[in-house]
Amino acid sequence: MKNSLSIFIIIVIAFQACAQQIESEVKAENPTNINYISELVVPDLNIPWGMTFLPDGSMLITEKAGELIHFKDGEKITIENVPDIYLRGQGGFLDIKVHPDYETNGWIYMTFALSNEDDQGGNTALIRAKLNGNSLTQVEQLYKAEPNTKKGQHWGSRIEFDDDGYLYFSIGDRGERDINPQDITRDGGKIYRLHDDGSVPESNPFIETENAKTAIFSYGHRNAQGMTKNPFTGAIWTHEHGPKGGDEINIIEKGKNYGWPVISYGINYNGTPFTDITEKDGMEQPLFYWVPSIAPSGMTFVKSKIYPNWEGNLLVGSLKFAYLERLILENNKVIKREKLFEDIGRVRNVIQAPDGYIYVGVEGKGIYKIVSKK
Amino acid sequence: MKVFITFLVVVVSTIFFKTTQNKTLQDSIKRGELVYQDFCVSCHLPNGEGVKNVYPPLAKSDYLIKNREASIHGIKYGQNGAIVVNGKTYNNVMPPMGLSDDEIADVMNYITNSWGNKNEKMITETEVNNIKK
Repeated sequence: MKNSLSIFIIIVIAFQACAQQIESEVKAENPTNINYISELVVPDLNIPWGMTFLPDGSMLITEKAGELIHFKDGEKITIENVPDIYLRGQGGFLDIKVHPDYETNGWIYMTFALSNEDDQGGNTALIRAKLNGNSLTQVEQLYKAEPNTKKGQHWGSRIEFDDDGYLYFSIGDRGERDINPQDITRDGGKIYRLHDDGSVPESNPFIETENAKTAIFSYGHRNAQGMTKNPFTGAIWTHEHGPKGGDEINIIEKGKNYGWPVISYGINYNGTPFTDITEKDGMEQPLFYWVPSIAPSGMTFVKSKIYPNWEGNLLVGSLKFAYLERLILENNKVIKREKLFEDIGRVRNVIQAPDGYIYVGVEGKGIYKIVSKK
Repeated sequence: MKVFITFLVVVVSTIFFKTTQNKTLQDSIKRGELVYQDFCVSCHLPNGEGVKNVYPPLAKSDYLIKNREASIHGIKYGQNGAIVVNGKTYNNVMPPMGLSDDEIADVMNYITNSWGNKNEKMITETEVNNIKK
């Protein structure tokens, strides 16, 4: 009797050691009837991390390894005078975005991993520059996260503008889960907000807080590699990678704490827990969480006459499952998920171009355009 | 007597050499585990099992054991295009991780000696250094 009791206790303990995870309520389904196909328009790319369109319909593409490509009239031109990019783990050349008023001011914004000469690691930087012929000019550094570290993880990063002209960008926790995200005096694990010239808005939430990094707009994030303005409401939406489970979608609000790593729907990669709680006062619940993780990268809303039955849907790239996820929303709740273009490859990025077409960046393949079936 | 002493010296130094070599290998594996936890685990997972059709397994991987140089090359300069691992084709991209040669040697020693893999011929920084693009 005593023996069987101890066995029972051992079993109970063993089960508790493997944290229980609640799977996403809404599961990803196969599409029943899809009217679109993916057409490869920019072939032969390695990791097309970011892309943005110029008014003439040409495209600027960042390759993680450090190259800036101008794709124009079916040709790839390598842009000169790009800053030295630090390659380490997930760090490299990251996002790119033209200013909403690009036609007037010509500014292009970029995030990337930056080191210094003594090579003591690096951290995420934001710059802006102009394109002059085939070269970047007037390169200005607007932000550089501190301190440098040799860790390879969680650099972010995406860039977005809102309707008031503020610039938002993300930086991941840089592999310091328990140090950076909950501390507003430190960089990492944050969404930042700046004016387009890099100055810190007076209305930022921690402008009066002693020692705070005043560019911070929200905190408690892990690693956001998706950010887009909701074109229907003007709100900034992000998603972020969880560890094993617990990827999240959030609507970003001023000064709010999104909880990483105090609350999370994820567990460690090895299956052990790092927190017991998924909710806490003063910390935001995600709009949606993914268990299991899809490893999300890139995100856009669909607002386009070209895809009438996708109107108002959210598209998110999945690195891990190699598809494009379509999320159907109702009153800011995910009610349906669909796997588009399964096996297309690791989807790094998705944007809606100014002409209304959806473009998808796929690792090892290139850039696909989503077009109607003939 | 002389023969015996020579014999003894040889035996003792062999044992000594083997143990130091073992210790060096064990140290390298330990450092390699840290590199793995930072740079590799999010895709290849804690037990090196990978993800079906996307990230090839490292555990009991025939590719890793049979293609030592190509494996080092893949970590050093990135992996691009189709490779066959345990009879399955993986056609994807792994970017170069920006690791130094000693870190690559360490992580190679870790993955070739974990999850059922066994490799007694230690990978050194010099070996990694000699693998060119």
